[in-house]
Order: sequence, then structure tokens, then C-alpha cells
Amino acid sequence: MITLNVNGKSYELDVSPEMPLLWALRDKLNLTGTKYGCGVAQCGACTVHIDGQAARSCSIMVGQAAGKTITTIEGLSGKVAEAVTKAWQRLDVVQCGYCQSGQIMSAITILTGNKKPTDADIDAGMEGNICRCGTYVRIRKAIHEAAKALA
Amino acid sequence: MIPFNFTKASASNPSRREFLIGAAAVAGAFVLGTYIPFAKRAFAQEGGGVPKGIFDPNVFLKIGADNTVTLISKHFEMGQGVTTGLATLVAEELDADWSSMRIEFAPNNAKLYNNLAFGPVMGTGGSTSTPAGWEQMRQVGAAARMMLVSAAAAKWNVPAAEIKVQKGVLSHAKSGKKATFGELAGDAMRVPMPAEVKLKAPKDWKLIGTKVPRLDSVGKTSGKAIFALDIRRPGMLTAVVKHPELFGASIASFDATEAKKIGGVVDVVQIPTGVAVLAKDTWSAIRGRNALKVTWDTSKAETRSTAEIFDEYRTLADEPGLSALKRGDAAAGLKGATKTVATEFTFPYLAHAPMEPLNAVLELRSDGAEMWSGCQLQSLDESTVADILGLKPEQIKINTLLGGGSFGRRGSFSPPGNPVGDWVIELAGIVKAIEGRAPVHMVWTREDDIKGGFYRPMALHKVKAGIDAKGNITGWQHATVCKALIIGTAFEPMFVKNGVDWTAVEGIVDTPYAINNFSVDWHNVKTPVPVLWMRSVGHSHTAFVMETTIDELAHLAGKDPLDFRLGLLAQQPRDAAVLRLAAEKAGWNKPLPTGRGRGLAYHYSFNTRVALVAEVSVNGATVKVNRIVAAVDCGIAVNPDVVEAQIQGAIGFTLSAVFRNQITLNKGVVEQSNFYDYEPTRMREMPKVEVHIVKSVENPSGIGEPGVPPVAPSIGNAIFAATGKRLRSLPMTPDKVL
Repeated sequence: MITLNVNGKSYELDVSPEMPLLWALRDKLNLTGTKYGCGVAQCGACTVHIDGQAARSCSIMVGQAAGKTITTIEGLSGKVAEAVTKAWQRLDVVQCGYCQSGQIMSAITILTGNKKPTDADIDAGMEGNICRCGTYVRIRKAIHEAAKALA
Repeated sequence: MIPFNFTKASASNPSRREFLIGAAAVAGAFVLGTYIPFAKRAFAQEGGGVPKGIFDPNVFLKIGADNTVTLISKHFEMGQGVTTGLATLVAEELDADWSSMRIEFAPNNAKLYNNLAFGPVMGTGGSTSTPAGWEQMRQVGAAARMMLVSAAAAKWNVPAAEIKVQKGVLSHAKSGKKATFGELAGDAMRVPMPAEVKLKAPKDWKLIGTKVPRLDSVGKTSGKAIFALDIRRPGMLTAVVKHPELFGASIASFDATEAKKIGGVVDVVQIPTGVAVLAKDTWSAIRGRNALKVTWDTSKAETRSTAEIFDEYRTLADEPGLSALKRGDAAAGLKGATKTVATEFTFPYLAHAPMEPLNAVLELRSDGAEMWSGCQLQSLDESTVADILGLKPEQIKINTLLGGGSFGRRGSFSPPGNPVGDWVIELAGIVKAIEGRAPVHMVWTREDDIKGGFYRPMALHKVKAGIDAKGNITGWQHATVCKALIIGTAFEPMFVKNGVDWTAVEGIVDTPYAINNFSVDWHNVKTPVPVLWMRSVGHSHTAFVMETTIDELAHLAGKDPLDFRLGLLAQQPRDAAVLRLAAEKAGWNKPLPTGRGRGLAYHYSFNTRVALVAEVSVNGATVKVNRIVAAVDCGIAVNPDVVEAQIQGAIGFTLSAVFRNQITLNKGVVEQSNFYDYEPTRMREMPKVEVHIVKSVENPSGIGEPGVPPVAPSIGNAIFAATGKRLRSLPMTPDKVL
């Protein structure tokens, strides 16, 4: 049995410690807001927060995540998360929307550590998140807007 | 929620139902007769493809007691914003409150929910949803409004003409009566459908032409939006399939001993296209697949490498092909030229690579089967699944879900029996193999997606074009080589003429440029590598050839590329206006520092006109796209913000195909496998984008695809402006730039 702390709740899981956290979240805990895109930490669709930092859940084993604080898109709360989500909605950033959970998780990490990110900061912080619909213009704008709302 | 007379009432009113089905059938006949690609231009400009007639609101709307108005969307949302756009049309005529609008996807039923541009087929594609729904969805809203007004008039005993409707509330000033849609829905559903409806004059529009918020924004920013990959059914097994490394290979034998030892693996079955591992979760299924041992029969497989395939294309291009267009005398025109170009263009296979890999759930029951899928072509998937499971099409229920991208990939149309069965065929094959013992969720991994075929076809073009001393084009001979997309499929009547697959030559034969002596030939090729339409289809390569060649001819003529194009568009004012707008907004004539260049491209596709001005910096082999200015004429922009998003997105989507994406074969084996070697555009590469929309009173035309075609040529032409080097092969990898 492995104990995972996800979104403030404790779960006992009967899985191999080598199972990627992504599949445990999706297939065992039914937290499907975290997406599978590539399985090799190249696209960021599976981004969650582990102890407050953006992490690719497809490349972290359940055994490594045990005992840590895991937050998925479903468990977001707080001012930064709210500002980011609101900006995303106000600007209608989404197209297909599949990557956007991961985009939002990464954006929150940027704004949690940096109150006024520059374009270069955004490029660096969002480097690991692919949007195949190409919504980058609006993602950038939404992060700037969220920063303003938080100031 | 009280269904607003959804299907029950139409069944209880045979005459109305007959009329509706009749209208759909007429639409089909009419559309198949006239909506051949060669008449595409007429379709948009005259609005000729959309049948007149009143559509039953009961089929398309549910009005709840809570005042929500739910549009039963016949069209699939893959990010293009179509559900928001169609709901806007309904809400406009209904005078609904936008915040009360909701969307549900329609069940698979081509009689009720056919794409009016496709004929008797339910499906989404070809940038047709808004043009085809433009009349119909407004009629639905207008008819429902009249029925609500009639119900209120009867209830309040006042003249209908005195009733006002505003934001979902009906009111009568003199009597002071007021009621919401929800309060009147029950009465309205019993009102006969109006014989005719009057649509609003454009001056009275409140929603059309404005930015209303997308209906899918909240779900997609909270993790709550449900895609096919998120479907969970009781007892469901997850399946992954081991595919051959070579296209056209088949199974000789396999050994599942080790795979079955993996914890969580439940079963291993053979299907026509490979070996499926079924497990209790995705990870176990993937591990099981890794442990499989399969021996393939490669006797009929494609075993050539990319360079060899291009050699075949090159040879073919020099032979006479099927004639797609013969206007004037191209050969004689070329003889009379003072300057000529003779060029070759090459394009690789491309994978669509939607972020949500292909997947779907299928459940067999005693009375039929139910599928959950993000699918573009429900009617075709319905018959595919029915065929494989030995059921009737009406026994297949498809629940359409949001698509995590598609770009054409979820619109697969391999006919049953095709040796290279696609994902839906595979899923049905697995369910058949286990005799429907459990619901099956088949998931393609990213590697399956990149290596799995159904690519944008490889293509090679050869162009000979010439100008006279005044810079007029005297002749243009064009040969295209690429595998047919449509021949052999259900879409033949729409897209094949005189044996020529329209998707191979679109964007060339219908160019708006005045080219008098013009010949276009096409060569089909045989290969087991399966191909499929990808966002903008043939235009994804033809536009690059056309706009690069036009640019070359302009320089050869010593003319400004903008003026040269405008000269060729003297009879096409709408096209010319788009070009002028882009050039003006981009500051076309403003000088740029050394190492930077500006490139222009214009393309007409899906009845929409898009001009782009790209501005690049070139430093050695490194190209940075700094800014792209777009002008677009898509008729009336139902939602200008969605139009802008589609152009921004088309640029982001296409950039990686311009600079690096290619599927290459090494002795038949695909050399790419995931995002590290087939890498989509990333944030840091995204240029500044400005989108300018031409004000128009014309009916809406497509917007999901037309942004794609001019991206590559605008960048290529900008690189030429910066460096003097002409690039004619995609992708523009550093070795080609330097």
C-alpha cells in the first residue's frame, strides 16, 4: 500500500511503486483533469504541483510521490490560482483545452515565485508546456493579466 | 430540465417529422449535386448550398425550467470554437441571455443532424460548420422564439405582436405580464411550428459580430471538461495495440507469455492490425505491450526510405499525369516568355499530433453497442463499428465528446476492409475479439500517434512559369505528385472529378490569380503508408508552391511582390482588399534593418481569404519569426474573437511544420516517435500576431483551416527578403536556411 496526499486528502493505493503518478491519478483516483500527452515529460499536459512546484506527473513514480503534497487542477485554491483561472477565462485562452490544465499549473508556479514576470520569464517558465492549438499569444497575455490582478 | 419538445413531439407529429427528414434529404441531394469542390466559390458567395426551409427547434434545443437554453450541437468541438459560434446564431434570433446558453453534442443521427454541406452525413470538417449552419441555426432560434411568443400570447390573451423578448424574458407592456423562457417552455412545446420565420436584419444583431465568451472556457480551465480519454465505465479494460514497425506488414506470429505475466494484464488478443493487450489500467497495458513478442510478415510492406520515395515522385512529375486543369496553352506561353523559373518543391509526411492521443470507449450490449469518442465523422464511424460487430448502423450509439485537438485526425474514413484499419476499426476489432466481455477503452500512446500513419501526404511539385518583358505571366505548367486522399472512400462524389482527387490540387486550380496559360497535372502514387486530411488539406502544400512561385516571379519581373499580386487580382476586388489591408497594417514599405526581412503571402481556401505579412530575423542558420500581421475576410465574423484565435492558433500550429516537423522513413521505419523528435511549436517561438478582420456583409465562410496555408510561404518569402536565399523544401531546417 502506498499513501498519496492529493488535494488535501489521503489515499491508500494498492499499486506498484513504479507506476507513474499520472496513471495513478487518472486510472486509480479518477482525477482526470491531469492529462496524458506524451508520457516522457516533453509536453507538460500532466503537470501537477508537488510540494508547490510544477512537476510532470508522467515521469514521477508513485513511490517517489508518497509523503509529498500533491495538487492537481481539481484541487487548486488561493489567490494566484484564482487570478490565473479568471484571466484564462476572460481572454478565452482555450481552444481544444486538453493541454490547459497543465498550462495553468505551470503559470501558477511562475506567478507564485515571480510577481511581475517578463516575457522572457514566461518563455522560460512555460517552456515545458506544449499547446498544439497554438494558444501561446493568449497564454502569455493571460499570465501578464493575472500578474496585474495580483499586484 | 424540461426538454423543449426534443424528440418526442416530432415523433408525435408525423407531418412535421416527415418535412424535416424531407428537408434533410433534399439538402443531401442538392448538396451532393452542387457542392462539388469546383463550385466552392459559388457556394459561399451566393449562399447556394444551404437549403431554405424551417428547421424544427425541437430537434436542436432544450429549454430548461431553470431557463437554460441547450443547443444540441450537430458539430464536433475540437477547439475551433464552433459550439460557441452556433449557439450565438441560435441565441441571437431567440433573444436568449448568453449566460443561459449551454451545449450538448447531438446523438449520431444523420437524418436529423447531417452536415448540410456534406449531404446525408453527420460530420464536422472542411471548415463548413458555420457556413452550413448559418441559416439553419438562426432559423431554429427564430422559430423557437415565435413558438414562445405564441405560447405567451395565448396564455396572457394578448396580441403576439405586442410581446417583447429580451435576454430570455418575454414581456407585455400594457398588461404588465412577464415570463421567462423556462416558465413558458412547457406551453411553447405544444405550439405548432411556424410555417415561416423572419430572420433579424443585421442592424438588429446584438450577439453576432461581438465577442461573446466561449461556452467551453470554464470547463476547460477547471479540469472538469470531459474528453474521451476521461471516460470511465464499470468493468472497463484499457487496451493498447502493438502495431508493426512497417506500414503494410501483418502478423506472422506472436508470443504473449511474458505479457500475460505483467500484473494488471487481463488478456492479449490478435486483431487485423496488430496485437492488443487489455489491462486494468493504462500503465499495465503499456507494460504488457512492451513484453509482447511479435513476428511480422513484411512481404507487402513499404520498405523504402524517404529519399527513394522522393526519387519516384521526381520521375513521375516529369511524365504526363492526370489533367486537373488546362486553360489556354501553357507550353506556348512559356515559349514566349523572356524569363522563366523551373523549380521543385518537396513536402514531408506530417503527423497531426493532437494533444489528446486517439482513443475511444466501446461497449457491446445485447441490443447494440455504445461508443464514447471525440469524432469528426459520426456517420462513418457508426457504419464502421456496425460492420465489424455485425450490427445495424442504428444499433450503434455514439456519444460525441470534446476533442483534445484533431486537425483532421479524428476524421478518419478508412473503409471497412481497408488493410490499414484506423483507430475506430481497431477498437471495434478488439471488442469483437473479446466478444464484448467488457467495455474497452483503446488508447494510442504518443508513439502510436507519431508512428501510426494517416499522415498529411508527402508531396512533390514541379513548376515551370514564365514572364514577358513587361512582367506579365505568360505560362505556368504545374505538376503535383502525392497520394490520393479521397479515391476509394465515401467522399468520392464530392471530391473527385475526372479521376482527379481535388485535395491534391486545391489551391492551385482555383487560384484567384489571373493566369491565362495554365496547366495542372496530378500523379497518384501507390504506397501502403496511409494518408489523411490534415488542417487545410491540400492547401497545406499547394499554397506554399503558389505563393513562393508568385514571389519569385515578382522578383524576376523587378516588381514589388505586393504590386505584382495586386496586378494579378485586378478582377478580384475582395481578394485584393485583404492583401492591401495586411500590407498596410504591417507597414509593408517600411525599411527593415539588415538581417531582417518581410514576406507576403495570400491564399484563398474554404471560401475565406487570408493574407499574412511575416517579419523574420535571420542570423546564420537561425530564423526567428518576430511578428505576423494577418488580414482575413471570412464574410460576417460571427465571433471576431474566435476568428482571431483561429488565425493565431493556425500560426502556432504551422510554425513547427515550417521549421522542423517531418515524418521520415528509414527502410520503411518511421524515424520519429514522440515530441522530442516531432516537436510542436513552443511558447518562446511564438511571434507577435496581429489579426485584422475585413468588415463584411457576406455569409460566413470557413475559419478553422484557412489560416494555415499562407504561414509557410509568408515566412519563406521573408527569409528570401532577408537573405536572398529561396527555400522550396519544407521543413526549413537550419541546413537549408544556411
